[in-house]
Amino acid sequence: MSQPDAAAPMVEARSLHREFGTVRAVNGISFRIARGEIVGFLGPNGAGKTTTMRVITGFLKPTKGAAFVGGTDVAQDSLATRRRIGYLPESAPLYGDMMVLDFLEYVADLRGVPAAGRRDRLREICRRCGLMEKLGADISTLSKGYRQRVGLAQAMVHDPDLLILDEPTSGLDPNQIVEIRELIRQLGREKTVILSTHILPEVQAVCSRVIIISDGKLVADDTPTALMERESGSVVRVVVRGRGGAACDAEHVRTVLRGVDGVRSVAPAEHEPDGALAFRLSSAGKDDPREAVFLALAGSDLSLLEMHREAVSLEDTFRRLTRGEGGARA
Amino acid sequence: MPSALVIARRELRGFFDSPVAYIVTVAWLLVSGWMFFSTLFLLGRADLRTLFAPSPFSPSMLLVVLAPAVTMRLVAEERRSGSLELLTTLPVRDLDVVLGKFLAALAVLGTALVFTLIWALTVASLGSLDWGPVIAGYLGLLLFSAALLAIGTLCSTFTDNQITAFIVAFVASAALYFVYWLQFFLPSGLAALAEFVSVSSHLDNMARGVVDTRDVLYYLTLGAGALLLAVRSLERRHA
Repeated sequence: MSQPDAAAPMVEARSLHREFGTVRAVNGISFRIARGEIVGFLGPNGAGKTTTMRVITGFLKPTKGAAFVGGTDVAQDSLATRRRIGYLPESAPLYGDMMVLDFLEYVADLRGVPAAGRRDRLREICRRCGLMEKLGADISTLSKGYRQRVGLAQAMVHDPDLLILDEPTSGLDPNQIVEIRELIRQLGREKTVILSTHILPEVQAVCSRVIIISDGKLVADDTPTALMERESGSVVRVVVRGRGGAACDAEHVRTVLRGVDGVRSVAPAEHEPDGALAFRLSSAGKDDPREAVFLALAGSDLSLLEMHREAVSLEDTFRRLTRGEGGARA
Repeated sequence: MPSALVIARRELRGFFDSPVAYIVTVAWLLVSGWMFFSTLFLLGRADLRTLFAPSPFSPSMLLVVLAPAVTMRLVAEERRSGSLELLTTLPVRDLDVVLGKFLAALAVLGTALVFTLIWALTVASLGSLDWGPVIAGYLGLLLFSAALLAIGTLCSTFTDNQITAFIVAFVASAALYFVYWLQFFLPSGLAALAEFVSVSSHLDNMARGVVDTRDVLYYLTLGAGALLLAVRSLERRHA
């Protein structure tokens, strides 16, 4: 086994490119991930998350660029890097004809986990993954949630430095999702974890860092909080009506609102009761446009019924970053 | 335990958990047993030539069908289910994956062959059996099976569809089997080539009790070549 380089980042991608025929799945992605980080790969379906993970695990070779695990080039010494990684592939493909404990024993055998203390270790992992009552069950009879847990347990048998989890919570029910997230958070105290997801609250709940990938490119790389602050302008929701309860023309209101200083865009109107119309405005940067909106409406023939500033979610940020480049996806 | 053996053990359990191993063994014993005993008393010879000698209607021809049936799922099924990604991201060399799967298949077909020792014992109890040619014949049949299984393993790496893997392996094996009888229709140069490449001609020698290094080398080369190509074919996933 090659000696792990303690100074090197746990994972490094240097200008990764990966093409399938004429399709560019990954188009020049670079990042460094330090020991102990929990990093979320976020992106629309088909953005290149899985391909990037597959390159790091050595399953795919990059067309250009290189991936390093603990300072070792994955393409050069794939066996050494594979030993350090625990990998849960997308949708947890397992051997359906095996029993849970047999399967974990099999992976432990191939991973060269020493026989001494192995039983206890596997039991401990199964306990943490909530698999104790399924040890003797055939994997093919398990629900999606349990299969996912077996996949997670399988990735942990050799106590790896680095866990790569491709959509670890897909197919789980809300209770299971909470459990698995808690488990990932615990694991993140001792290990480096990379997970991919398209569930945004998951990233906010679990990750110390987000890498957003869209159309094969890295479009953002920051902590979830910083990302929201940096990328978010304000979103303000206003409800208006014509003076004295009169109906008002939606296009007219939009024109007025668009003319306000600091307002970048105005979403189409939503109809409220009693002829009122609701609009969502977003402003550029950190400026708060509320006062300007108030003044503009006060000087027009419209009455302001409601106005409040909405908290910007990571979801908005994600939409903004990945729309246009990767094609709009709801 | 070496990784190849760990993999072989799992595959072997898979064979005996599913009906495949039993169907293959029963089919082999029924059909080859019938072929063997239906002529044994007509010929009245105390030998096992009809078990070993190749012909278009012989136990070895049956192996041309059964070997691809044993190997068809080995890699194709893992491609279909996606577990190949799991297996090949474990710290296991591709050679170990291929060898493990091949060895499991060889164990299944080898078991089927071992059962026919009962017939050798039956013949030995009926007349005086010369065990030399019997041992040579069994060695030939085992090498012959191993080469076919290696071809089958290779074909299973090409596709995620077991049926496709079976058909490709069967057609390739049958071509190598029947080209032996094509030599009678070919000019002498080509006929020699046909005899050399055929899997049957080399078995024919051993069925007569002649263990020639060239025949042994032929099977070993064919088998090893197919397995190495299978390793290359697995590596293609990276590209």
